[in-house]
Amino acid sequence: MKLIVMVMTMMMISEGSMIDQTCKQTPDFKLCVSLLNSDPRGSSADISGLALILIDKIKVLATKTLTEINGLYKKRPELKQALDQCSRRYKTILNADVPEAIEAISKGVPKFGEDGVIDAGVEASVCEEGFQGKSPLTSLTKSMQNISSVTRAVVRMLL
Amino acid sequence: MASTEALLPVTSRQDPLSESRSDQIPETRRKRPIKVHLAVCSGLLLIALYVTLIVTHDGSTAQNGAKDETSTESRARLAGVSEKSNDRVWRLSGDGKTEAFPWNNTMLSWQRTAFHFQPEKNWMNDPNGPLFYKGWYHFFYQYNPNAAVWGDIVWGHAVSKDLIHWLYLPLAMVPDKWYDANGVWTGSATFLDDGSIVMLYTGSTDKFVQVQNLAYPEDPSDPLLLKWTKFSGNPVLVPPPGIGAKDFRDPTTAWKTSSGKWRITIGSKVNRTGISLLYDTTDFKTYEKHETLLHQVPNTGMWECVDFYPVSKTKVNGLDTSVKGPDVKHIVKASMDDTRIDHYAIGTYYDSNGTWVPDNPSIDVGISTGLRYDYGKFYASKTFYDQNKKRRILWGWIGESDSEAADVQKGWSSVQGIPRTVVLDTKTGKNLVQWPVEEIESLRLSNKKFHMKVGPGTVVPIDVGSAAQLDIEAEFKIKKEDLEIIFGEDSVEADEEFSCQNGGGSTVRGALGPFGFSVLADQSLSEHTPVYFYVTKGKDSKLKTFFCTDTSRSTMANDVVKPVYGSFVPVLKGEKLTMRILVDHSIVEGFAQGGRTCITSRVYPTKAIYGATKLFLFNNAIDATITASFKVWQMNSAFIHPYSADDL
Repeated sequence: MKLIVMVMTMMMISEGSMIDQTCKQTPDFKLCVSLLNSDPRGSSADISGLALILIDKIKVLATKTLTEINGLYKKRPELKQALDQCSRRYKTILNADVPEAIEAISKGVPKFGEDGVIDAGVEASVCEEGFQGKSPLTSLTKSMQNISSVTRAVVRMLL
Repeated sequence: MASTEALLPVTSRQDPLSESRSDQIPETRRKRPIKVHLAVCSGLLLIALYVTLIVTHDGSTAQNGAKDETSTESRARLAGVSEKSNDRVWRLSGDGKTEAFPWNNTMLSWQRTAFHFQPEKNWMNDPNGPLFYKGWYHFFYQYNPNAAVWGDIVWGHAVSKDLIHWLYLPLAMVPDKWYDANGVWTGSATFLDDGSIVMLYTGSTDKFVQVQNLAYPEDPSDPLLLKWTKFSGNPVLVPPPGIGAKDFRDPTTAWKTSSGKWRITIGSKVNRTGISLLYDTTDFKTYEKHETLLHQVPNTGMWECVDFYPVSKTKVNGLDTSVKGPDVKHIVKASMDDTRIDHYAIGTYYDSNGTWVPDNPSIDVGISTGLRYDYGKFYASKTFYDQNKKRRILWGWIGESDSEAADVQKGWSSVQGIPRTVVLDTKTGKNLVQWPVEEIESLRLSNKKFHMKVGPGTVVPIDVGSAAQLDIEAEFKIKKEDLEIIFGEDSVEADEEFSCQNGGGSTVRGALGPFGFSVLADQSLSEHTPVYFYVTKGKDSKLKTFFCTDTSRSTMANDVVKPVYGSFVPVLKGEKLTMRILVDHSIVEGFAQGGRTCITSRVYPTKAIYGATKLFLFNNAIDATITASFKVWQMNSAFIHPYSADDL
């Protein structure tokens, strides 16, 4: 019993390798590891748990981007149309994609989680395209695309 | 649903947990004798930890640690598998030419179908428990009452006298018990000997475990079957040992065994092997699990919505699910969670031990080159035996291929395919044949007949008036002289490599194709969806025919998935090339050679809508002249609406 407890404790400490193992199978190892390590739940999560952490990051980023979009209306009024489109797209991420993905992964039907996560990347891309090369949101939308593709890879491991 | 182009690298990692463990802590192994065990036990215990974290109910226990080690490797292979799901790869045209597309309500409201089943609003997915009872066809479906994306799932309900004119009824089942609190999921109906109905369905419990539950009509004398009672002893089945708590769903219709018991099958997986579990019961309340499986296929992943049924080897009518015998083959079908593709295989069922063997193991259930009901967008399908007209009828869930933002804006997501009859192709013996139920012909209004010769490289506008709701039946002949020339010419090489997906779409011209119709086209063909044959010279100079649908130019919008779909279609000696196309706003269903190869596509034009929708016939072949004989019907709406007393 003592042996088992000791070994398991050792594994809890070097449990980072679950994150490593998982992140190695995503398109952006560094991003994946940094996102997961930045969450206290990361060290003891299974793959479902890691996926949920990443979806949370998507949610946080979407909220941040929406705040940025709202601020831009005053600073860059000439971009109103594109900002409207982005607002709609990012609200979809927050109100549709994220809840869908959380529910799906929690309930063990990951394919709907994959759909939601993929869509988050799509919505970010469409928002970006709306500025036709002159986007004030590029680093945020790129971030969403990257996180989306990493998260998708993790969700696929549940299929 | 659209997907980003930034996909996974195709690296296959071969480092099972235990290897990396020993790399990471070599010094501890030397220092402390206890840690000598680490490399060996760590893999096993880590997996045990992982498994205990996942298992939220005491339904399952981890089996063999060794089995789970290989799962890490096969998960790496998953990265490669996803690359192949072409239709989920979506490219944003970064060339700056296409503007990002703001969907407006005019464009979105056009997308709603006129004669396909869809709820008034919100999200729908799998068909559930279809059946015919007391004069009504019943259709139940996975439904989200709150949003246009998947979630909060309940059973929607509708009835029809003819599988086409549906009437919405109140929800049949909602998550009001602990054993389905997190979802009233997919299930199937069985008729008992006395004609009464039992429904088995999957519930997601309050602890997220997938279990099977029994329900039955509260009032069997109600032909509308409005109310359903859940068995007080639910759940009747929980995940057995060795099966994951979230890998146990979608029970089938039961069939009678020779010993008089009822038998059902439920899809699952063990690591990457898709499996179908088998249970016997006399009362649908207690079950005996078979030690052996109905079937399994390695590397196919989770099997969802398994379906199992007999087809006649000789006759064209459908068969009750319990029929067995020498005149019958059995179909095993499963929906592959990994690729979102429905696959089936034909084989022989051995009732005495509950096993099934495919006729052709190289195209077993779930093998990527195996048979599909449909080579386009078509999933979670389910058949039922229609005792009214002695047919086996197939329902299929047709999801969206657009962005969720568009779904939210338009307020709905998903339709059902037009129900199809399913029979064995008695001419080839190697595939099923599907055809839209004949009742759909009641929607046909006026028609126009055409007969024309179309030379190579020609596009012909077909004037039929409104072109968003059409039924097209066409026959094509390639000019005999052209065929003979092409056969004779050594310079026309055998096109071994052609596939619809890799063929480059309808603009890539071959000697004998592509030719067919461009539907949902605008006048200038800036948006159009070609449905076509592509005939190639195969090896032995035999002709090989493909049937494809190219959605890559179906819309200017860039937030939509636009694949080229299709497959080889068997064309027997003496047969003309025939195709049927149902066009209904944002859905196109194509059937080649009487339904040997079927393709369903979702299409979202921005310009080819309302009065601007046109139809064209085209022949993009380089050498062949085509004779086309066809009829185009205007299709009426099915006017699907909520049930009222006037509908009796």
